[in-house]
Amino acid sequence: MISIDVIQSTAEQLMDKAAIEIPEDYHNGLRSAAKVETGSLSGYVIKAMLDNYDAAKEDRCAMCGDTGTPRWYVKMGNETTIEGGPIALEAALRRATANSTHRVPLRPNRVHPLWRTDHNNNVGIGAPEIEYGYEPGGEWIDLITVHKGGLFGTDYRMLFPSDGIEGIKRFYLDTLVAFGKRGLACQPAIIGIGLGGCKDTCMVLGKRAACLRVVGSKNPDPKIAELEAEFKELGNSIGMGAMGFVGKSMVIDCHIEVGYCHTGGMQMSMHAFCLSSRRAVARIYADGRVEYRTDPDWFTDYQRRETVEWPLSTHATLSEAPGG
Amino acid sequence: MKIREVQLSTTPDEQAIADLKLGDIVYLTGLLYTAREGVYTRALENQANLPLDLPTESAANFHCSPAATIREDGSFDMGAVTATASFRFAKWLPQWMQKTGAKLIIGKGGMSSEAYKEYFVPNGAVYLSTVGYGTGALLGRGIEKVEAVYWHEELGLAQAMWVIRCNKMGPFIVASDLDGNCLFERENKKIAKNLDKVYEGTRPAVLKRFGETDDREDELIG
Ligand code: SF4
Repeated sequence: MISIDVIQSTAEQLMDKAAIEIPEDYHNGLRSAAKVETGSLSGYVIKAMLDNYDAAKEDRCAMCGDTGTPRWYVKMGNETTIEGGPIALEAALRRATANSTHRVPLRPNRVHPLWRTDHNNNVGIGAPEIEYGYEPGGEWIDLITVHKGGLFGTDYRMLFPSDGIEGIKRFYLDTLVAFGKRGLACQPAIIGIGLGGCKDTCMVLGKRAACLRVVGSKNPDPKIAELEAEFKELGNSIGMGAMGFVGKSMVIDCHIEVGYCHTGGMQMSMHAFCLSSRRAVARIYADGRVEYRTDPDWFTDYQRRETVEWPLSTHATLSEAPGG
Repeated sequence: MKIREVQLSTTPDEQAIADLKLGDIVYLTGLLYTAREGVYTRALENQANLPLDLPTESAANFHCSPAATIREDGSFDMGAVTATASFRFAKWLPQWMQKTGAKLIIGKGGMSSEAYKEYFVPNGAVYLSTVGYGTGALLGRGIEKVEAVYWHEELGLAQAMWVIRCNKMGPFIVASDLDGNCLFERENKKIAKNLDKVYEGTRPAVLKRFGETDDREDELIG
C-alpha cells in the first residue's frame, strides 16, 4: 500500500522541481544548439535562455513567468494499491497543485473558458488533468508532472494514406513555420508528432511524444527512428531559429509515436514542448522510498504493445529498474 | 553583427526612443505596469477609472501576467515574469495608447508593421519584445519591488494590473522603430527566401481546409 501523505509531499516537490529546474536532457540539447547556432540574434536568445536556467535555479524561482498548465501523468505497477484509493490520490494531486501554485509561486493560469473565473490555484473543472497508465509488474507509483506552456505550436490534421510521407512532411513544416514566426512556439522545442489513433488519441500520442520522451530517445521501430532524425534535420534547415530570427535551431529533438487508426485515415498531430520543457518524475514504493528522476519512461514496450495478450513474466524486472 | 545594449527609463523622452534601433537590447529602469485583455476591457469598454497617473508614473505597458501571489499580510511574492503574445490585443491598443500615453509596449511576438505605422509611430511609441521568450527568471531579477496590484478581485491575479518598480530589468529586444519598421518581418523576409527549397518533396494535403493560406510570406497574425 502506498502512503497518501508520501504521495502528496512528493507531488509538491515535483511541482517545484518542474517549474524551477530545466531537465538535464533538454538543457544539454540546448547547449549543443548554442554551439552550432550562427545567427547572431537567435544565438543571443539561446545564450539568454541558458543564463535564465541558471538564474531560476539559483533564485529558486520559476524559469518562465508563464508556468504553463500543470498536469499529471500517473503510472502504476499491476500490484499497486493506494491508501484511500483513487479518489484520495486525485485529491492529493489537486492539493499539491494548489499548494505549489502559492508556494513557488506559479502563475494561476487556469480559468473557466467562458466566464474566465480564476481560483488562483490552477485547479478547476478538469484541471489539473490526470492521466493514467499501468505496467505489468510491481507495487509502485510513478508521478509525472508536466507544465507545458504555449498556446502555440500545436495543431491537428486529418491526413489520408494518399498524402503519404510527403503530406506528413508538409504539415510538419507548415506547423513549424506558422508557429515559428515571431517565435510564438518558443522554439527551439522538442517536437512531438502523433500519427494515427483517432482524433483524440492522436493528440494524446503527440503530446506524450513531446512531453514524456527525453531528448536523444528513439522510437524502437528503426524506420520511425529514421524519420525522427530526418524530421529533426529538416526542421533545423528551415533557416529559422529562436524567436523566429534567422538561424538554424528550431528542433532540439523530434519524437514520433504511432497508434493504429481507421483504414482510410492517417491522423497527424504536432506538439511543441517549448524552451521551458518542464517535467519532473518520481517513483514511490510501498515501503515509502521515493526516487526522483527526469525521464518519465512512459513509452515502455508494454505501452506500445501490438498483441492481444502480454506475457506478465517479461516485465517482472521493471519495478527494479526505475528510469531504465 | 555586434549587439548593442541600451539602458532606458520607463518614462523615456522622445530622443531616447528615436535612438533605438531594431535588434538593440534594452534594460529598463522605473515603474512599469501589466495590462492585457482584462485591464483593457475594464478600462476601455467599462470605463473604469485608471488606478495610476499615466503616463506620468509610467509609459511602459507590459503584456504579462507574473507568477505571483498576494501573501496573507497583503505583501507580494513575485518570482518569474514573462510576456504573453501581443497581437491578440491589437483591438484595444490604439485607444489604450491615446488614453495612457504609453510609449513602450512590451510583450511577446510584436505587432504587424501596419500596426506600428498606424498607431505606434503617431503616438511616438515602440515595441519591445522579451527575449526567448521564457527568460522569466532573469527578468525577475530586475524587479526591485512590487508596488501594487489593482483589480485582482475583479479580474483574478493573472489578469490584474501589477505595478512593478524595476531596476535594469532585461533583456528586452527592440522590435519596432519610429519609422514603423518591424524586426520580425525583416527576419521573416530573409527566411522566406529559403522556404521553397525546404518544402521541396512535400505535398499539400488532399483534403483542404477553409480559411487557409499557402502564402508562406504571410505574417499570419492580426
Ligand atoms: S511557450 Fe514556454 S517558454 Fe514560451 S512563454 Fe510559454 S511557457 Fe514560457
